[in-house]
Amino acid sequence: MPSALINVPAKAKRGEIIEIKTLMSHIMETGYRRTATGEIIPRDIITSFACRYNGVEIFRADLFPAIAANPFITFTTVATESGKFEFEWIGDRGFSETASASIIVE
Amino acid sequence: MKFARTIAIAALLTAAGIGSLAATEIPQAERRSGFSFMSPDTKAIQNDDTANPGMLSVLDGEKLWNSNANPTNKACAGCHYDVGAMKGVAARYPAFDKTLGRPINLEQRINLCRVQHQQATPLPYESRDLLALTAYVAEQSRGMPITAGSDPQLQPFVAKGFELFMHRQGQLNLACANCHDDNWDKHLAGSAITQAQPTGYPLYRLEWQSLGSLQRRLRNCMIGTRAQPYDYGAPELVELELYLMSRAQGMPIETPAVRP
Repeated sequence: MPSALINVPAKAKRGEIIEIKTLMSHIMETGYRRTATGEIIPRDIITSFACRYNGVEIFRADLFPAIAANPFITFTTVATESGKFEFEWIGDRGFSETASASIIVE
Repeated sequence: MKFARTIAIAALLTAAGIGSLAATEIPQAERRSGFSFMSPDTKAIQNDDTANPGMLSVLDGEKLWNSNANPTNKACAGCHYDVGAMKGVAARYPAFDKTLGRPINLEQRINLCRVQHQQATPLPYESRDLLALTAYVAEQSRGMPITAGSDPQLQPFVAKGFELFMHRQGQLNLACANCHDDNWDKHLAGSAITQAQPTGYPLYRLEWQSLGSLQRRLRNCMIGTRAQPYDYGAPELVELELYLMSRAQGMPIETPAVRP
């Protein structure tokens, strides 16, 4: 299972804007490179990323071959209630990974 | 563009030519990690463990450290227990190996351990697994001062490494010292030249989009001077590593560092 790093503040005030940072381990092979013998190295990238906050999708991104290896995606949201952030990465060759992080909103 | 680069290299060669014999080591007080040459954005990546992609390899290394998938069913953790026992190890490598009678680097030590104690096959140089294990072990020494090269048995090898560092080679006829001792405060094609202080290896290079070893960096430099690079694991590369680590004595380990 590939490694992922998630940074969500453990606590926040209600209504506060919080920053969420995610880093997923992935080679992001573009599909445009060739081996020494001239064969194309097949594309192997993450194609989509989504984040749900207590079940509601709050962020989604499509990824393309120009994105570097180990995609680092950060975004902000408003802390509305305590609960769970769920992250999902989907990609080529059946790549599918999930991660989650909790937050306490006071 | 090509024309401009040719001029830049020619200018560098002229500058290097004048001071070639006078190449002096960088005074202790003026030593700087490659970190200090980086942009604030790149520094921020290294400083945040949840943004530093090198930490992904450290996490992979932790899994490998605890894995017993080898003929003896013995994980690294099976002998060394807590990885905390590895604290300070990276700071003193390359170290002298009594059996071989010469210095070996951390990657070679890990592979010797695999072969001798786990009856496993050695991991290839620059493979994800070897880099991950090395990064995990080296990260334990983060912040500790480098001590490599202080063992008296290593002195002849440090001296050999120093000779290699001063030795002009390749079509551009450059020694390491021509850039990294004489011109470290200047730029080459827009990039800082830096002092060749190997404080953060294995490190994540944005250009590589992956973790890489010091030997990969050294081979890159040799290709840049249009010299034939030594093979991975070659005694010359280990001696160069040893010399570079010994000139960085006292500087803190940054593994896994980030570089542009």
